[in-house]
Amino acid sequence: MGEKTLMKGAEVIAEAAMRAGCMAFFGYPITPQNEVPEYFSRQMPKLGRVFLQAGSEVAAINMVYGAACTGTRVITTSSSPGISLMQEGFSYIANSDVPCVVVNAMRGGPGLGDIAPAQADYFQAVKGGGHGDYHSIVIAPYTLQEEADLMFDAFDLADKYRIMVVVLVDGLMGQMMEPVEFKEWVDVKKFKTPDWATVGQRDRDHRNIITSLEILAEGLEKMNFHLQEKYKIIEKNEVRFEEYKMDDAEYAITAFGTIARIAKTVVNMARDEGIKLGLIRPITLWPFPTKLIEKRAEQLKFFFDSELNAGQMLEDVKLAVNGRKPVYFYGKLGGIVPSAEDIYAEFKKHIKGDR
Amino acid sequence: MEKKVIIAGFGGQGVMLAGELLAEAGKEDNKYVTFLPSYGPEMRGGTANCDVIISDEPIASPIISYPEAAVILNLPSLDKFEPAMKKDGLLVLNKSLIPREVKRNDLRVVEVDAQTIAKELGNEKIVNMILLGVYITIEKPVSLDSVKNAMKLFLKGNKEKFIPVNEKALEKGAEIAEEFLGRK
Repeated sequence: MGEKTLMKGAEVIAEAAMRAGCMAFFGYPITPQNEVPEYFSRQMPKLGRVFLQAGSEVAAINMVYGAACTGTRVITTSSSPGISLMQEGFSYIANSDVPCVVVNAMRGGPGLGDIAPAQADYFQAVKGGGHGDYHSIVIAPYTLQEEADLMFDAFDLADKYRIMVVVLVDGLMGQMMEPVEFKEWVDVKKFKTPDWATVGQRDRDHRNIITSLEILAEGLEKMNFHLQEKYKIIEKNEVRFEEYKMDDAEYAITAFGTIARIAKTVVNMARDEGIKLGLIRPITLWPFPTKLIEKRAEQLKFFFDSELNAGQMLEDVKLAVNGRKPVYFYGKLGGIVPSAEDIYAEFKKHIKGDR
Repeated sequence: MEKKVIIAGFGGQGVMLAGELLAEAGKEDNKYVTFLPSYGPEMRGGTANCDVIISDEPIASPIISYPEAAVILNLPSLDKFEPAMKKDGLLVLNKSLIPREVKRNDLRVVEVDAQTIAKELGNEKIVNMILLGVYITIEKPVSLDSVKNAMKLFLKGNKEKFIPVNEKALEKGAEIAEEFLGRK
């Protein structure tokens, strides 16, 4: 750990990725995350690593796919409309069992939308987006320090499970500045080419083949079983969350990313008035902290989910609660960020009959 | 201690620079700091504002909905933020570009003819620093010296020659603040 640097969230992503041993960036510019490629474009050549601005998002994700097939730590970053264009590649990467990291700095949608912060790509990131039965590990930091730390974990998880890791942030996190302390540089000389990588047969006694294609249904079913087995292990081992003032809580806000940060202020406001409110903040959106929410349902009077969308993570919270307690919702759409005061006022509407 | 301020004006008036400088100074003082810019897609013109929070404790929300202090460089920004100000909040105004009175009577208002003062100091681009000097001296989120130190990180190379005039601007702002506080 070094000293603290005041940096923009977008630049934090790039700096942390390089330190984590990211050897190649492929991408196509889009607001509000252009500072990420800008930073990479300045720094990667100095390190003798790859920065390439592709002709489109479709080209970029397929370059990522190609680099991932060689076992190289590779990243692309984009924002909502750009991520939509990449979905075919996401699906191919999933069924090819190759590791990579993708950052989505979500903006207001649908369509071209606007450039304001949003969280409306939760479904796309967590439930698929591309076709077929697949998952990516989805992590959602809520401060720039956590973002800096989790970029390392993103690459480690991608390599460990040969899977795509999506780092889901929003435009606000990309643009804001905060002092950040970075972890030390990973020594990339110690990286070994994995034995599955397609880097030429050399003295291997067999050819490595990476493909998402299997014409025979029985064969494709086997590939699917393999993926499902992998997902089960990830669901068992990699769930991450933070709880804030939950020990004696009677109510809980569930929120991720930027809105979880605002929710912390809401929790403090409630506590000042003697209301026992806590926060459950999923850090991994997939795998989702289902068991935790199941457990907390016993002690709570109700859940209050808040997101910058029309209620997407809400569905996963409801699945975990499974009808045992009410789950209320408050969201803002189209890139509007609610104030802590707004959220608190909405929360208190539900508490009235309750006290 | 937790100090929150919104700095607002036209793009190109140095609103973001003033905010970043304040944030950097807070970091130098080992405080928790958040800087949140908000502006449209245009490079110049258009309205721009930033939220800066400096605190002894970890900062939850980086968004300021109801400002306790605002440094306002133009009229559209006053129109936007005056209604949201907290009671007894501090408004530091660039009077040169704000041809109206503040409507509310429950705020602390410092009106500075910053454009004219900047011209007198020999550089019209230091309006932001004059007003920042006023704010810092009244609310004390950081010391004036920390801002001066932070400035060295921003004005490097061929911009280094602008440090003295910017320092003068901060000091002039401090002087105006002292007058406002009735210490001079």
